[in-house]
Amino acid sequence: MPSLKDLKNRIASVKSTRKITAAMKMVAASKLRRAQEHAEAARPYATRMARMLDTLAGNLVVSESTPRLIAGTGKQDTILLVVVTSDRGLCGAFNGSIVREARRQIRQLELDGKQVKLLCVGRKGRDLLRRDYADKIIRAVDDVTNRRVAFSSADDLATTLVAMFDAGQFDVAHLVYNRFKSVISQVVTVKQIVPVKPAAMQDSAPAVAPEFEPDEESILAQILPRNLAIQIYTALLESAAGEQGARMSAMDNATRNAGDMINKLTLNYNRSRQAYITKELIEIISGAEAV
Amino acid sequence: MKKFSLELVSPEKLLLNKDVTMVTVPGSEGDYGVMAGHTPIITTLRPGVIEVYEADDHTVSDHFFVAGGFAEVTNERCTLLAEDAVPVAKLDRAQLSDEAKALRDDLADPAFGGRADSEAKLVIVQAKLEALGA
Repeated sequence: MPSLKDLKNRIASVKSTRKITAAMKMVAASKLRRAQEHAEAARPYATRMARMLDTLAGNLVVSESTPRLIAGTGKQDTILLVVVTSDRGLCGAFNGSIVREARRQIRQLELDGKQVKLLCVGRKGRDLLRRDYADKIIRAVDDVTNRRVAFSSADDLATTLVAMFDAGQFDVAHLVYNRFKSVISQVVTVKQIVPVKPAAMQDSAPAVAPEFEPDEESILAQILPRNLAIQIYTALLESAAGEQGARMSAMDNATRNAGDMINKLTLNYNRSRQAYITKELIEIISGAEAV
Repeated sequence: MKKFSLELVSPEKLLLNKDVTMVTVPGSEGDYGVMAGHTPIITTLRPGVIEVYEADDHTVSDHFFVAGGFAEVTNERCTLLAEDAVPVAKLDRAQLSDEAKALRDDLADPAFGGRADSEAKLVIVQAKLEALGA
């Protein structure tokens, strides 16, 4: 049975925790708004890039000289998973669900006899995956999603990926990230980024084939790394927005739970106090009776 | 004059989306002008200035500097995917000269490591200066 003093201390500490979680919730809410704006602003470029790529791919005849980023290596032996998580915790199941999906993918791919490599973006994912798959992590990048996501960091990642691809370190790359659906829901998404899979690849070519300047292949050679960078950039932005959303709802829950806890503790405290007073009274009365 | 829709986007945001009469684009194999009904073409861009002619085909209404990117022209629109696009009015000559000087100093040093990177940057800075001179 905790003493009155203990209960009082508990209540005080839960109260200050509640203050912290309430403040974190508000910080996350304002960061979320900014992150959403950034994600929104990047969308026009991404959709237009996709459209242009569709036009290019729709007219493409795969040949020897077709860039391998779109044609693939012809193999599917080594799979690279790019796992995007946050750098900081206290955001509910945000990182946990990504890591769970990554583990599932790794197990599945290994059952199929493929070799799996991991590239971790974000400190949390790296820390969680290092326990079981330390040997598979070939690179870890962090401090990307903390502040405003810069396009240059996505570009750097894309350059690294292209260099690794050209060096034959992997055949297929998948991006595992949280897609921002709404403030309370982030959807774990797995997307193939290398080789590129344009939506319109199977469709018939557009009515008028455009001219190319310089030729189609050199344009593709330039646009494909660019496209990769923008895909990563969008994923990073979505993930950053999702992180703030997840943190906001986690902190909202925490604040509410702390309130419940304070109510329970206060009730407990009052009860013990009452019991204590009653006990003292009985002692006094029975003492007086004995005299 | 017949107009067509022009979109200028950079990875960070949509800079321009309106109907214009003509636009000149710095293609990697030479500048070219686009008017409504241009034949479909896809090109890469070199560092240079995009000139937008909004109302008619002889008054420039906007200048934008682009460091590179892609242009897609179809019958009804022109899409410019630019890297690092800025309005020419926002370029600062003094700051750019300093940058160019710093880069040249770096390149003059034979032990300097990031040579290819700096050379690419220098080309862009010089193109920016040229854009201001024009």
